Amino acid sequence: MTTNERKYTPDHEWITVDGDIATIGITAYAADRLGDVVFIELPEAGADVAGGTVVGEIESTKSVGELFAPVDGTVIEVNTAAIDEPAIVNRDPLGDGWLIRVRFTALPDLLDADQYAALVSR
Amino acid sequence: MTRESAASAPARDLGAFASRHIGIDRDAEATMLAAVGYDTVEALVAAAVPASIAVDGFREPGSSVLPPAATEREAILELRALADRNCVRTSMIGLGYYDTITPAVIQRNVLENPSWYTAYTPYQPEISQGRLEALLNFQTMVCDLTGLATANASMLDEGTAVVEAMLLARRASKSPSNRFLVDADALPQTKALLENRAAAVGIELVEFEVPEPTTVPEPTTVPERTTVPEPSMVPEPVEGTLSTVPEPVEGTLADVLADGAFGVFVQYPGASGRVRNPAAVFAAAKSAGALAIAAADLLSLTLLTSPGEHGADIAVGTTQRFGVPMGFGGPHAGYLAVRAGLERQLPGRLVGVSQDATGHPAYRLSLQTREQHIRREKATSNICTAQVLLAVMAGMYAVYHGPGGLRRIAQHVHAAALRFAAMADAAGLQVVSPSFFDTVEVRVPGGAAPVVARAGERGVNLRLVDADTVSVAFDEVTAPGPRVAVLDDLAHAFGIPAAPAGTQSPAADDADADAGSRFGVPADVVRTSDYLTHAVFNTHRSETSMMRYLKHLADKDYALDRGMIPLGSCTMKLNAATEMESITWPEFARIHPFAPAADVAGYLTLIAQLETWLADVTGYDTVSLQPNAGSQGELAGLLAIRGYHDANGGSARTVCLIPSSAHGTNAASAVLAGMRVVVVACDELGNVDLADLRAKVAEHADTLAALMITYPSTHGVYEHEVRAICDAVHEAGGQVYVDGANLNALLGFARFGDFGGDVSHLNLHKTFCIPHGGGGPGVGPVAAKAHLAPHLPGHPFAQSADHALIPSSASSASSGSASADAGPVVSTIAHGGGPVSAAPYGSPSILPISWAYVRMMGEEGLTAATAAAVLSANYIAARLRDSYPVLYAGDNGLVAHECILDLRPLTASTGVTVDDVAKRLIDYGFHAPTMSFPVPGTLMVEPTESEDIGEVERFIEAMIAIRAEADAAAGGGTDNPLRGAPHTAESVIAGEWDHPYTREQAVYPVTSLVRGKYWPPVRRIDQAYGDRNLFCACPPPEAFA
Repeated sequence: MTTNERKYTPDHEWITVDGDIATIGITAYAADRLGDVVFIELPEAGADVAGGTVVGEIESTKSVGELFAPVDGTVIEVNTAAIDEPAIVNRDPLGDGWLIRVRFTALPDLLDADQYAALVSR
Repeated sequence: MTRESAASAPARDLGAFASRHIGIDRDAEATMLAAVGYDTVEALVAAAVPASIAVDGFREPGSSVLPPAATEREAILELRALADRNCVRTSMIGLGYYDTITPAVIQRNVLENPSWYTAYTPYQPEISQGRLEALLNFQTMVCDLTGLATANASMLDEGTAVVEAMLLARRASKSPSNRFLVDADALPQTKALLENRAAAVGIELVEFEVPEPTTVPEPTTVPERTTVPEPSMVPEPVEGTLSTVPEPVEGTLADVLADGAFGVFVQYPGASGRVRNPAAVFAAAKSAGALAIAAADLLSLTLLTSPGEHGADIAVGTTQRFGVPMGFGGPHAGYLAVRAGLERQLPGRLVGVSQDATGHPAYRLSLQTREQHIRREKATSNICTAQVLLAVMAGMYAVYHGPGGLRRIAQHVHAAALRFAAMADAAGLQVVSPSFFDTVEVRVPGGAAPVVARAGERGVNLRLVDADTVSVAFDEVTAPGPRVAVLDDLAHAFGIPAAPAGTQSPAADDADADAGSRFGVPADVVRTSDYLTHAVFNTHRSETSMMRYLKHLADKDYALDRGMIPLGSCTMKLNAATEMESITWPEFARIHPFAPAADVAGYLTLIAQLETWLADVTGYDTVSLQPNAGSQGELAGLLAIRGYHDANGGSARTVCLIPSSAHGTNAASAVLAGMRVVVVACDELGNVDLADLRAKVAEHADTLAALMITYPSTHGVYEHEVRAICDAVHEAGGQVYVDGANLNALLGFARFGDFGGDVSHLNLHKTFCIPHGGGGPGVGPVAAKAHLAPHLPGHPFAQSADHALIPSSASSASSGSASADAGPVVSTIAHGGGPVSAAPYGSPSILPISWAYVRMMGEEGLTAATAAAVLSANYIAARLRDSYPVLYAGDNGLVAHECILDLRPLTASTGVTVDDVAKRLIDYGFHAPTMSFPVPGTLMVEPTESEDIGEVERFIEAMIAIRAEADAAAGGGTDNPLRGAPHTAESVIAGEWDHPYTREQAVYPVTSLVRGKYWPPVRRIDQAYGDRNLFCACPPPEAFA
């Protein structure tokens, strides 16, 4: 399955899919609510992750947010640029501020852009 | 007293002290009542406090066990009499507590200086730069001596620091094991604490022996210097001593490690005094995936290789012997330091360096979002506070002595221990270990008790290890220099000849040379690395310089000696001078926590009286003063509830209901008590949703352990339904924990125990006047009904397990006794739970503060204080309601002792944030109220009873003026006096002024400031910069160029 359409989770993460590789980040809404991101902890490349479990932390001056793995799979790449300069996540959450790439076997049900917009406008 | 009698006793007729403690006089009271719309204070409180919980008529006037109010002079005389019943002896017990000499310049300018002791936790960093710098000194000192990268701003004591290190290791270790390995030679009180805390969270403890060196390698004596070393002196390296390749661990440690462990903990030096090289143990631990932890004596680390150099991941301990009196157990600053990579796992407070709006270096608390109140049930520690005042003292002790001075103190202590060991050895006694720093264990088969008794005859307290063993610990006081007078007393006690050198020779070279062949510090643990090289530790050698440095720092800070600190939920009331008077008396200060009961009769009486009074005013039966902070009181109370359920077949009861409006620490404490948090919804007013509570109680009926509820609520409102809430929990077999954080709104009008509480913690540093100390010390007593007493904190070294018992039913019937000296007629009950603090009575040396407060206020005074606090909060709410909506109110539109000002509409209409208003208040000469708690975008204001109407009016004037400034700024961009706040002197005189507001408006927005301005030393501090560029030690002097 291949789709370039950006999907979302209720945990305020986004996913784009290329083949069996999912790129995962946090939404602009989440980045805005967190405020200035100061520290990011991500799993190591090669780590197996289980969907729905906490695999990282995103710390801002206001709170510590948790990064959930939206899919089962294996981490193949982490965004070391974001670890080195966490402000990237505020500046470009949907682009350069991506966090991890995961090779997955199956995608769960995800929200589309309209559904996510409805969720955050509640 | 009843309300009727209160009506006939207006404020002016109160005792002499109460009318000074309460800032609102009769005229002010009339003004405030008129604004609020009530005729009398009693009518106001009657309208605010729900009738269902009021104590009106619960007992007759005079039935309280509280004695009538004493005058300040009388209270001091009574404290003097109590102090005289304590006996200051030469303390050689050791076990982590040592007599010390507080430099007089530090005692006078820090411990006895309200600029330091009345400050709050430095949440507003711009007005806290002085103590933040002092804490950076402390952190730098700890890092240097332990050889680790990052130290926090202090822990509550050594025992709890070890517990926190254990919890840190569990979350940082990749080992799946649930086992924590504990040095058999750890301090016994630390072992007891670990047992209590590990059991609650399901950690298995395994004791092991650190392998002893087979022989003492190399000549061992650390040379004593008879001349004062230069501050910059580097200790001479000892060649070939650091074992770079750790020896493989054999025997028991390898066996236990084979079964897995997440952490290994070594006491360095051990409780017995033995100094063992832990490097091999640490290497083995790390290869097994465990974290390596050392509890290290800081003074010894001036001579011994640091834990970091031995490979430790974490070092913990106490800084007590750095100039902080023993105080019968506390308060003192513990410490916790970690290697690089673990800094974000640190519990407690961490001071770091950031920059202000102009790019100047500025200090602040780092990583605050990791604290328990933000993370709630996801928190990994419930530690909220530090021991700031004591950490400041310990750090300043290092500033005062410098590296050379500290090393010289350590050398004197070590040399005295060597001389004593040689003396005992020469007399044919067996010195248990040849390797020690300051503590020597001597075998006297069957004769230990008589030796200790003979020492007692000479006024010396030794440690009775067992029937055959006595331990002798030297310190700065017993080993002040080459002449060690106590050796004569020791010779008498042990029945051996005194070494001639012991009492006479100033050089003592012979004794050292003799001792050097058999005893001392193993060569492979002699320190060769530098420490305390920063300029601050090498500059202030003269007292003039030291005094001015302390003044320079104090001048940067805003404390209660400058003005009001209206922090909601913090109760920043007066810390009266008379209350503070006795804490430095030697009879309270120089007492070892494990001294014989006969030495501390005065303390035990004072403690029993305070326990009795606190139980009486809260409606409970018994009180433990052991917890060193509110968070520790919460933990003790919840552990008591778990203990009670376990003892009554309710081991499955582990669910703790916590309202969503609760302080985050409640949830963190519940998790650390091994409970599962279930959140109960609150309505839009912040009150517990009774329907949701009933549903949650029903859903978890079989597993319900407790409900934690704060009363009045964290929203500053007296909830109506609290009785029904308590009843619902009790009917399902649960216990009710009433968080006493807001007791200042209740005292004298209602009692937790009367409306359903089974257990509460109180905050003596709020309601009962112990000063905040800039972020500690605190005392968080736990008060409970009698059925929980067997599970309240006990202690293996408690002078007595028995505590005062005043059955709450009896307190309403008996007439009690009015004599403080004789004490009320009470019985006793044993507290049988595990300890939550290192010392049996927590921090006794500051208990005279609360004792004096209650003694001088009496029941009438305490009631009047509550009424005044409620009146003042309602007055502020009434006066500011037009400028800022008051978010929550209870009956008749009234608040309790604090009010929440809602800034969200202002932010929406003008863009001005809570932060802007808080920082602008600095320009007006105020400490901001509590920001964004319990509701984001709000300010919570608590004036307390101590502020007079003049100061309250000044605050109201400032808030109204700021509202006008905000309105004027609306739509005008971000260049306005609010966003620019706070303004330093430099900011308004340097360079061009190109802002749309004037310099005068920037710094003198009201004319009263012209003659009495507090100038902030820095502009607004960049929070994100500091967290992104974490730096937590003293910056080099060039940074300020």
